[in-house]
Amino acid sequence: MNAVYPILKRELRSYFASPLAYVILVVFQVISALFFSLYLKGFLHLQFDPNFQLLRGELNLNNVVVIPYFDTMSIVLLFIIPLITMRLVADERKSHTAELLFTSPIKLRSIIWGKFLAALILLIIMLLLSSLNLFVLTVHGNPDMGAIFSSYLGLLLLGASFLSLGIFASSLSSSQLVAAIIAFGILLLLWLVGASSDTESSILGYISLINHFENFGKGIIELKDLAYYFSIIYIGLFLAHTALDSERWR
Amino acid sequence: MIHVQNVSKQYGDLLAVDNISFQLNKGDVLGFLGPNGAGKTTTMRIITGYMPATKGKVYIADVDIFEDPLIAKSHIGYLPENPPLYEDMIVRDYLDFVAEIKQVPDREKNGRINYIMDKCGILDVGKRIIGHLSKGYRQRIGIAQALINDPAVLVLDEPTNGLDPKQIIEIRELIKGLSGDRTVILSTHILPEVTMICSKVVIINKGKIALEESLERLTSKMDGVENILLKTRYWGEEIQQKIISLPNVSDIRLGISNELIIQPKKGTDIREELSDLIMRNGWGLLEMRPVAHNLEEVFLRVISSEGD
Ligand SMILES: Nc1ncnc2c1ncn2[C@@H]1O[C@H](COP(=O)(O)OP(=O)(O)OP(=O)(O)O)[C@@H](O)[C@H]1O
Ligand SMILES: [Mg+2]
Repeated sequence: MNAVYPILKRELRSYFASPLAYVILVVFQVISALFFSLYLKGFLHLQFDPNFQLLRGELNLNNVVVIPYFDTMSIVLLFIIPLITMRLVADERKSHTAELLFTSPIKLRSIIWGKFLAALILLIIMLLLSSLNLFVLTVHGNPDMGAIFSSYLGLLLLGASFLSLGIFASSLSSSQLVAAIIAFGILLLLWLVGASSDTESSILGYISLINHFENFGKGIIELKDLAYYFSIIYIGLFLAHTALDSERWR
Repeated sequence: MIHVQNVSKQYGDLLAVDNISFQLNKGDVLGFLGPNGAGKTTTMRIITGYMPATKGKVYIADVDIFEDPLIAKSHIGYLPENPPLYEDMIVRDYLDFVAEIKQVPDREKNGRINYIMDKCGILDVGKRIIGHLSKGYRQRIGIAQALINDPAVLVLDEPTNGLDPKQIIEIRELIKGLSGDRTVILSTHILPEVTMICSKVVIINKGKIALEESLERLTSKMDGVENILLKTRYWGEEIQQKIISLPNVSDIRLGISNELIIQPKKGTDIREELSDLIMRNGWGLLEMRPVAHNLEEVFLRVISSEGD
């Protein structure tokens, strides 16, 4: 029998037993709605601009609303995800339940996957709720549905990478606060390495979390971007596994 | 059932457990004693597979806990020093979760949970949130959690720690009633507890085994000889020498607060000779009384002689 499911179930229950999950959902929803209306308003103003007709090809819904909206969402996730992952492992130490988990006849791998999937489900709920914003677009024109779907896929993969790195950060400490700060530090670092060299050709550019997000906004799903995010997810969970395993040898 | 073989554990520079070996058969209840920092918790964490030993091996039902952790762990129930509880969970949900990760089959799960909750006296708090419960109830939930998979090996780290006297007695009865043919390791600082529950005693000090004995042999050794505690106003080497030269005295040593503990030969009463001797020499008798040669004394003697 697999222990992933019981762990996942417990984590999800625990998210919704505290106000944390609700606060995160509400905050994310409010922020995303605010930014969305901001970009949409900008677009509507543009239509009264005399130059608008000239630039019609460039200034479509997709370029003015959808792409900036998803870029902003990706930054909002950078701030929110450390709050989702901070308790996942750190709290097991604090409440001494690590001793229960690690002396039970289950694999460390199942524990980590259970936690990751629980956080991923919370992330999916967040993204689904925020997608309500985009329905408004269909009223104002013909948005590029393909680009919207690929953007969501990109956001989900980016978020899942954040989660995985966040779980690694949480496995380094018994304090939630410290775990959140470490997670935020790692994410920001991986984000910024791209800003210094914005071409993908350089190694730093390749490592950057954000460079791989751009294509999704244009409606392009490339294998190398998928491979990149799946690798980051794998590396984060692998590091968490290593951290937890090696800690017991000290 | 449990075989601990030359186990050592090093934390950085500190050797917390130093080459410990012992063996327990099915049905043994081991009292695991030692002063603070002796290495009891560390040893138990190694036995339960929470952390690996630096050196040595542990076998649970002939399975190496580090070679085959999943199989070995499935035989173990463990109550750590601090009960491993999720504060935000309802008692029943918590036990349900533990049953699932301990691989209790689905169809047995509910029956098992009810049975254990009844045994541990927590049926009436089944719907409460763990974080709101008192220390005594939390400890019971900790014990219930350890028993949920009906383990053959039960490892309890200070199970009566922090409870009130009434709860201590209840928990003790509970452990006694639940041990059955399980193999139990129980650490404690309450020595009478050992005499009440255990069949075997291991005392460790500074990571080393200082004494390993069955309770039966220990008590038979203690029986029949009643030591005499003696306090005098004057005090010097010659007192000890004169007393040991009395015909019926077999041993003499210094107690914890500089009083003399005198061990008579078996079946003799030396009180009269002793008081005569003291009167004759004018040493000034302050106190003379028999002291029970109990576990507490054994414990103190064993850990102080090891400390030298
Ligand atoms: N994780 C750790 N890292 C470093 N040292 C540790 C660790 N855990 C325990 N120790 C040290 O190892 C020694 C043995 O500790 P242990 O907790 O096993 O003692 P104990 O016999 O259970 O004591 P107590 O009766 O106080 O519970 C102590 O000196 C302790 O400080
Ligand atoms: Mg201890």
